[in-house]
Amino acid sequence: MTLEVSDLQVYYRTLRGDVRALDGPTFGLADGEIMGLAGESGSGKSTLSKSLIRLDGRMRYIGGSVTLDGDEVPIWDDQAMNEFRYKRISLIPQYAMSAMNPTRKIGKMIAELLESRGVRFRDTRDELHRRLELVGLQRDVLDRYPLELSGGMKQRTVMVISTLLNPSLLIADEVTSALDVSTQRAVAETLVEFRDRRFVKSMIVVTHDISLVYQIADTIMVMYAGRLAEKASAKTIIEMPKHPYTKMLLDSLPEVGVKYEDKRLSGIPGSPPGLLKPPQGCRFRDRCPLADKQCLEQPPFVEVERDHHVACWKAE
Amino acid sequence: MRKYFGRKIFVYLLTFFAAVTINWMIPRLMPGDPIKSRLARASLTDATAAEALYEYFNNMFGLDQPLWQQYLNFWWSLLQGDLGISIWNFPTPVTDLIMGAVPYSLGLLLPSIILSWFVGNWFGAYAARSKWLDNTILPLGYVLTATPYMWLALLLAWSLGIVAGLFPAAGSYGLSLQPAFTWTFISSLLSHWFLPFLSLFLVALGGWAIGMRNMIIYELESEYSNYLQALGAPRRLVRRYAFRNAMLPQITGLAVQLGTVVAGALLTEIVFSYQGLGYLILQAIQNQDFFLLQGTFLFIVIGVLIANFIIDVVYVLVDPRVRVQMQGGAK
Repeated sequence: MTLEVSDLQVYYRTLRGDVRALDGPTFGLADGEIMGLAGESGSGKSTLSKSLIRLDGRMRYIGGSVTLDGDEVPIWDDQAMNEFRYKRISLIPQYAMSAMNPTRKIGKMIAELLESRGVRFRDTRDELHRRLELVGLQRDVLDRYPLELSGGMKQRTVMVISTLLNPSLLIADEVTSALDVSTQRAVAETLVEFRDRRFVKSMIVVTHDISLVYQIADTIMVMYAGRLAEKASAKTIIEMPKHPYTKMLLDSLPEVGVKYEDKRLSGIPGSPPGLLKPPQGCRFRDRCPLADKQCLEQPPFVEVERDHHVACWKAE
Repeated sequence: MRKYFGRKIFVYLLTFFAAVTINWMIPRLMPGDPIKSRLARASLTDATAAEALYEYFNNMFGLDQPLWQQYLNFWWSLLQGDLGISIWNFPTPVTDLIMGAVPYSLGLLLPSIILSWFVGNWFGAYAARSKWLDNTILPLGYVLTATPYMWLALLLAWSLGIVAGLFPAAGSYGLSLQPAFTWTFISSLLSHWFLPFLSLFLVALGGWAIGMRNMIIYELESEYSNYLQALGAPRRLVRRYAFRNAMLPQITGLAVQLGTVVAGALLTEIVFSYQGLGYLILQAIQNQDFFLLQGTFLFIVIGVLIANFIIDVVYVLVDPRVRVQMQGGAK
């Protein structure tokens, strides 16, 4: 196991109380695993991915543990986390287009970043050139300013920067959402290639685009309202989902070759519960067609089949 | 590069032309007749002599010609470097009066603008990272920046000048002194300089500090800062980038502020009876001295335009984004 997360709780402190954005997920990430992390807005997927690398100012660590390659990750301690960041846990941010300082040449920025982390730029330069070429970029992007690059070039540059120190865990946060469809595909394939070449050991790909993540992920984990709903291999999730939420989520996706004149796309009626005072029991209860009395109790996240975890009383 | 500066210079020339034209026009819109009021002060008893003198002066200053002719004459002599002769301080050429006043105005303006810019940015950058400083400097900054120049000047002249008696409250140097390169004169010059300088410095300081503090906070929340922090970059590097990028709008701000600061300096000079351009302008208005007014305004216009041009050049040097746009946009 590269990553083990156990009962992690991260809340947002607000004036009206704690927003329980991440309420106790427990899961593991195997060596070499690419895990798609799916869910709608407010499901906690971004909170989870941020928690693993850097809590922002409003987030409070409440409890639980994170272990990377057998070492405890002190996510509550911003200072101690610096040792892990970049070298062992890295991030391709959602905002890759604007992730680079606009007034520094890219090469200079990389050099300053590496030197500040105690890595000799001179020793890394050849590898940097090789990787830039691998993603189809000329070496001379290093002599340019970010605004001289196209969106796709910036995205690829950031991908190379983020993975330069061969982290164990890479978090790719909505990396494709700002790109057009053909570039999305290329970026997704690059992620797989980085894993295959062992630039990164394991990867969490946060997305709301299940169809894209299906193409590259080994496993998919679905979150709902701050909790885990289901985790299984990508194929199982798409073909034989067990959680009613996963089923409805998949039903709301358009399929190629189907005309939606007669059959409207269903969507999921209702909206996710507020997490300031989340309801008792299963949080999907109010929108779930199968819900009954049993669902007033919180369903555990259990392995119903080999490598297939579900948090639902009705999953059979 | 050439295209960029060509366009800039064209805009500056256009601005110059418009500003100078307005400068020429405004004094002539004032009610009253400069020659009459000047002769009135001479209190001539003989009506025919007054009439003759009026004719003479009117002819000499070219005020008997139609307006369009006066306007053309004005440009013609301006291009020859001739700003005319002062009516108020007849017969001193306007150029001489201005040259006598400019060192005093520049001596006030340059140090107050530059020092307040540096100190304000420095304070602002510090305030952005310390809660305690933020809670003290920020309110103070708002008060300072909202203070009218002349009000602060009056306050300082009254408190430090008259009540405490630490500094002289009026004049550019002691009344009994003649300008000379002596220790007495220079120390008198400095003590007279201090209060007007301080009032200009303080008002500008607040604005810079607030601007810098807000920009730094904005830059520290920006996405490149977040990315660096996610990759574990030390605080020092993140702050260095944020500071550098926050400086850019402050440089533009300097260009925009220059006009205001010059206007503020005029009021400050009047409060302290400081013999700079502001003092000349006051005299020119009170005596309806068209030529002196035109001359001083012209000087201010040129000053602001040159300063703006310098900042345009500096901006190209410090901001790669402007540089790239100049070379034909992103590839």
